[in-house]
Amino acid sequence: MNGLLICCVLLPMITAVISFIWPGSARARGMVSVTGSILLLLVSSVQLYYVAVHGPISNQMGGWQAPMGITLIADMLSALLLVVAAIVATCISVYSVSDISDERVEGGYYTFLNMLTAGVAGAFLTGDLFNLYVWFEVMLISSFALLVLGGNKVQLDGAVKYVAINLISTVLLLTAIGLLYGLTGTLNMADLSQQVPLVENQSLVAVVAVLFLIAFGIKAAVFPLYFWLPASYHTLPISVSALFAALMTKIGIYALMRTFTLVFPGEHAAISNTLLIMGLLTMILGVFGAMTHSDIRRILAFHVIGSIGFMLLGLGLGSPLAMGAAIFYMVHGILIKALLFMIAGIVGKLGGTYELSELGGLYKERPGFSIIFLLAALALIGIPPLSGFWAKLLIINASLSQESYIVIAFVLIASLLTFIPLIRIWSEAFWKARPETPKAHVKTASEPDAYAWTPVLALSALMLLFGFLPSTVINLSDTAANSLLEPSAYLSAVLPGDEVAATENAQ
Amino acid sequence: MEILLSILVGVLMSTGVWLMLSRNLVKFLFGLVLISNVANLVIFTVGGLTPGAPALIVDGGAAQYANSLPQALVLTAIVIGFGLVSFTLILALKAFQAIGTVDVDAMNLAEQQSNAEETL
Repeated sequence: MNGLLICCVLLPMITAVISFIWPGSARARGMVSVTGSILLLLVSSVQLYYVAVHGPISNQMGGWQAPMGITLIADMLSALLLVVAAIVATCISVYSVSDISDERVEGGYYTFLNMLTAGVAGAFLTGDLFNLYVWFEVMLISSFALLVLGGNKVQLDGAVKYVAINLISTVLLLTAIGLLYGLTGTLNMADLSQQVPLVENQSLVAVVAVLFLIAFGIKAAVFPLYFWLPASYHTLPISVSALFAALMTKIGIYALMRTFTLVFPGEHAAISNTLLIMGLLTMILGVFGAMTHSDIRRILAFHVIGSIGFMLLGLGLGSPLAMGAAIFYMVHGILIKALLFMIAGIVGKLGGTYELSELGGLYKERPGFSIIFLLAALALIGIPPLSGFWAKLLIINASLSQESYIVIAFVLIASLLTFIPLIRIWSEAFWKARPETPKAHVKTASEPDAYAWTPVLALSALMLLFGFLPSTVINLSDTAANSLLEPSAYLSAVLPGDEVAATENAQ
Repeated sequence: MEILLSILVGVLMSTGVWLMLSRNLVKFLFGLVLISNVANLVIFTVGGLTPGAPALIVDGGAAQYANSLPQALVLTAIVIGFGLVSFTLILALKAFQAIGTVDVDAMNLAEQQSNAEETL
């Protein structure tokens, strides 16, 4: 079964190559990408099932035993998030067929899309810090390419900021990894979790931990490092915005969770208050930012930041309950963001613009579609029984059990404020009548085709199911949280030899 | 040797940061190139310097040998950094051709409300 791990990384890479050399039309290349993503979804689902039944699985690359070689490992957290990422990749591949111009496809759109998926899969599955850096680079360079593909002025302007800030975070990450290697002499995360406590100079370890926090914090768009996100996300084609909004920032949160539970558990306890404050501010400022804008994509971009805050809260609280809640929120956040951006794309097509003041009358024209938007928006706000409600309930429950009442207050206020911008989209774009004399920049409305509707419908159905039957995902995320905080199964999957030696010594 | 390299790291890092504080995008990029090389030097230095020691151990083994892992890491990082820097330089050139300035204060097209429609 260990071959599954490498399959999850290789499949998107192979898809990327095939979609590049495929001789057919843009649509045919899109179909290659869709097929590849569906295969990835199948393989990662099997892997999730296997991990759920048998515990973490690992694979030593090139037969070099850890900690010498590079380890791939899937524990519950990685396996669960990989399935979610594969769902998003599949939906966005389908959506891209309708959304992405032939010119962009000629430029290699699907290749970069799949390389980005490969980078995401690699980052989830690797057990080695330097390898994590390499996967981040794979992801980053693909995202750069997607960002500038077919670029006009505005897109290039957004891209410059995105590239600059991400390169700074990359340099910080590399420096942090180098320093940690200098301190411990190993890069394997499981081995690091045993070596880091033995380092004499613990204050240097703390410095390195903070470097990791900043590097991953920039990637995750955490306060005060989020300003690059609203500067670039709205300039992109909607499929790319959806992909970035759903996946890119969450990888940062995943990396924070992984490093701070496995490598720096001591520092995690020390900076948990900092994490909490960062989470609270990210949450509130994301929502405030959303209220100030009138472009649907900008509103949603700020909601991405807001939801990052909720996930960081879970890490800040640090109890198994809170981590479980954060992981559940991550699953919910990834899916709902992809869905909302794709819905925004359809609104843009139907209305010819993303500007709220120029939109209108969609409820009259498309009652069915309006209901889908309303459900997705209510799910994001957290109205029962939709998925966002469970996510927020779990976080509030976790903070109650730790008596962090300030967190509860902030979560409730942020949720209430989330309501305002989303209901503004509803009342402006859907309810009010369309302005009679459209401005010059409003394009003619076009009918979205089946490739745009299918992923939206599929994902909404999934979100509904997720809302009504949350228990499976709650169980999975609780298991993931427990295995993060009690990493013995993870350690023995990576370092079987050491584990045996340790028990022999004990006897 | 370690002390010398540490001082070099400090000097390069401060120069890089100073360049990055500039409003000129090109200066910013030069700063970025500098600090990405600083990261490589850091890995190289903290990995332990073993001047003159062989990286490959022959039969019988030398008493002291060089750890080749930091060098492999630096090599990987240089290759990745090279790719990223060349991409960024081209991006800056393209942005200059499209927008007509390298002053980052003037590069605010994406932040303006009315400009967001172009990518529909």
